[in-house]
Amino acid sequence: MSVTLTERAAQHIAHFIDKRGKGFGIRLGVKTSGCSGMAYKLEFVDLALDDDLVFDSNGIKVVIDRKSLVYLDGTELDYVREGLNEGFKFNNPNARNQCGCGESFTM
Amino acid sequence: MTLLQIAEPGQSTAPHKHRLAVGIDLGTTNSLIATVRNGIAVCLTDEQGRARLPSLVHYRNGGGIELGFSAMNARIEDPRNTIVSVKRFMGRGLADVAHIEAMPYVFEETPGMLRLRTVQGSKSPVEISAELLRALRERAEASLGGELTGAVVTVPAYFDDAQRQATRDAARLAGLHVLRLLNEPTAAAVAYGLDNASEGVYAVFDLGGGTFDLSILKLTRGVFEVLSTNGDTALGGDDFDHRLYCWALDHARIAPPSAEDTRRLQMGARAVKELLTVSEEAPFRLRLDSGEEVDLTVTRADFFEMTRPLVQKTLVPVKRALRDAGLLPRDIKGVVMVGGATRMPHVQRAVAEYFGQEPLTNLDPDKVVALGAAMQANALAGNRREGDQWLLLDVIPLSLGLETMGGLSEKVIPRNATLPVARAQEFTTFKDGQTAMSFHVVQGERDLVSDCRSLARFELRGIPPMAAGAARVRVTFQVDADGLLSVSALEASTGVEASIRVKPSYGLTDDEIATMLRSGLENADSDQTARTLREQQVEAERLLEACTHALDADGDLLDEAERATINALIARLRQLTAGNDAVALSGGIDALARATEDFAARRMNRTLRSALTGHNINEF
Repeated sequence: MSVTLTERAAQHIAHFIDKRGKGFGIRLGVKTSGCSGMAYKLEFVDLALDDDLVFDSNGIKVVIDRKSLVYLDGTELDYVREGLNEGFKFNNPNARNQCGCGESFTM
Repeated sequence: MTLLQIAEPGQSTAPHKHRLAVGIDLGTTNSLIATVRNGIAVCLTDEQGRARLPSLVHYRNGGGIELGFSAMNARIEDPRNTIVSVKRFMGRGLADVAHIEAMPYVFEETPGMLRLRTVQGSKSPVEISAELLRALRERAEASLGGELTGAVVTVPAYFDDAQRQATRDAARLAGLHVLRLLNEPTAAAVAYGLDNASEGVYAVFDLGGGTFDLSILKLTRGVFEVLSTNGDTALGGDDFDHRLYCWALDHARIAPPSAEDTRRLQMGARAVKELLTVSEEAPFRLRLDSGEEVDLTVTRADFFEMTRPLVQKTLVPVKRALRDAGLLPRDIKGVVMVGGATRMPHVQRAVAEYFGQEPLTNLDPDKVVALGAAMQANALAGNRREGDQWLLLDVIPLSLGLETMGGLSEKVIPRNATLPVARAQEFTTFKDGQTAMSFHVVQGERDLVSDCRSLARFELRGIPPMAAGAARVRVTFQVDADGLLSVSALEASTGVEASIRVKPSYGLTDDEIATMLRSGLENADSDQTARTLREQQVEAERLLEACTHALDADGDLLDEAERATINALIARLRQLTAGNDAVALSGGIDALARATEDFAARRMNRTLRSALTGHNINEF
């Protein structure tokens, strides 16, 4: 099981962590978001927890809690630009239904 | 589609619930908008990748407006309807504006604040500024993929209440929720992280395109006080261009240039100036419309020599500001450089020599104010990060007081008092048998009321007749966290009381602002409503689809009562989706989302169990 970052995503994350001045890596996760859908979580990590798994992808430590991994296995995190907007995008093979907003999905 | 940004640990927000906050530097020449993304403050750019929006608004003959870069040409072709540097008019009357006779506009005097007559009718500086702010807001919404929670807008430290109120109104008119107005030098200091630095006194040296400001700030326990400000409203980077332009005319020996050639030469001069900040010499080469050619080489030494008087001129306000604050150059702990003109090496050197230390220059001096405002906006919107000390408080920029006999101002709340604040002072009657008192609330540092700004007047009646000096009237000044002032007067023996909530003195009533807000929104309004509704409908359809799917798959996780509740809410939401009431629809979405929260958690556990069944935990 694994989760990967594209090279572009990794570069941006490295830059953001550097600017932030501290950080162990990046946390990917999912949480329920009210309805039967789930929402992605993307956070800086200062400390990995006991329940966490840590992967290395393009030089960045990717931290995922065990529960979330079920939903994210095989996911690739990319950094994209769309018009004026730019940011991270989850390419998740497990997601059956993407919400048009890109922030939540169902399985 | 929303692209995700990295949040601080534990700070992830629910989908569609991001707290998008921006900082806006509403400048005299250029305006910028910035936000904090992935933990870093960045300026947001337009489609061409340009961060600055020239502060220009062109009211076109025949309707419509042009803004920023697209209004540049109109500045020459239609100067009367192209408003440049509108910031100089904010909250000002005709009498307040210098060199008004040299401006190409048709002014109208209205109580408090002037107005400009354009081909599209009479416009107030508030409305004109709102056009710029609206353009910036739209840029931010396109860049961030959502509606803004709030904005911090910066103002010069010397702006008085009327100018601040006008800025706040302009932002409101542009559809922005103003979290706070922040002093520009304070914003610059925040961008450099000085608010997390040790306490001390800092100088902010702001040399913009056309104005120069020097502020002395004191940082104590997270509060920036403005100790003094000084400046020169007619000194900026443009003057350096102009010297170079004159020098070129002198050395190229050409005939007096046409208007078009003048513009080319001025633009050439600016390019040479910019090149000289990075190289030792620069070519000044141009072919003019007149057929003449300019072919010169400017060395750094030449340029420094011809602009030395300008650099010297910046030190005059510096000395005055230090003197007003009662400080010496060596008392200054750090110097922050703001404004593109501070890139010039000889300006930096002069500042370094004067203060005996290298100034802070590692942030882009054009963007530093907007970046600091964005950091403050981010914190105020609730995105603060652990361990951050965000206690930055607002202060009263200018003292508030009352007029006393003889046209003198008696200060009740001194400048730099932190908000919110309340202060009381006792006054008494002047004549025997006096039964009423009139209060005149003023703002400013000067002793004579005529030199201060008038904010409001009110009367206290019903004082019992007494000997002069026997009545005791307690006047309380109160400024709330939003910087709004209320004043009340109470006569102690009888308990008669009068009070006033101070409205901006430039004569815009709340009704007028409401009217402006309405008319401003009217055009965009119907579009906006339709868009909101459509967005809600999409969200509702998505939720309905997800719920139906979930019920099909795992409906057995619910008991009958739960299922009935959810079904009822689904039916209701279907109904609302077909209608066109966005507010009710949004309520329906929330209701269903809340009701299915527990169901979603149960489903997640089931999926998890089935995924783990037959696997050893170590496999994951």
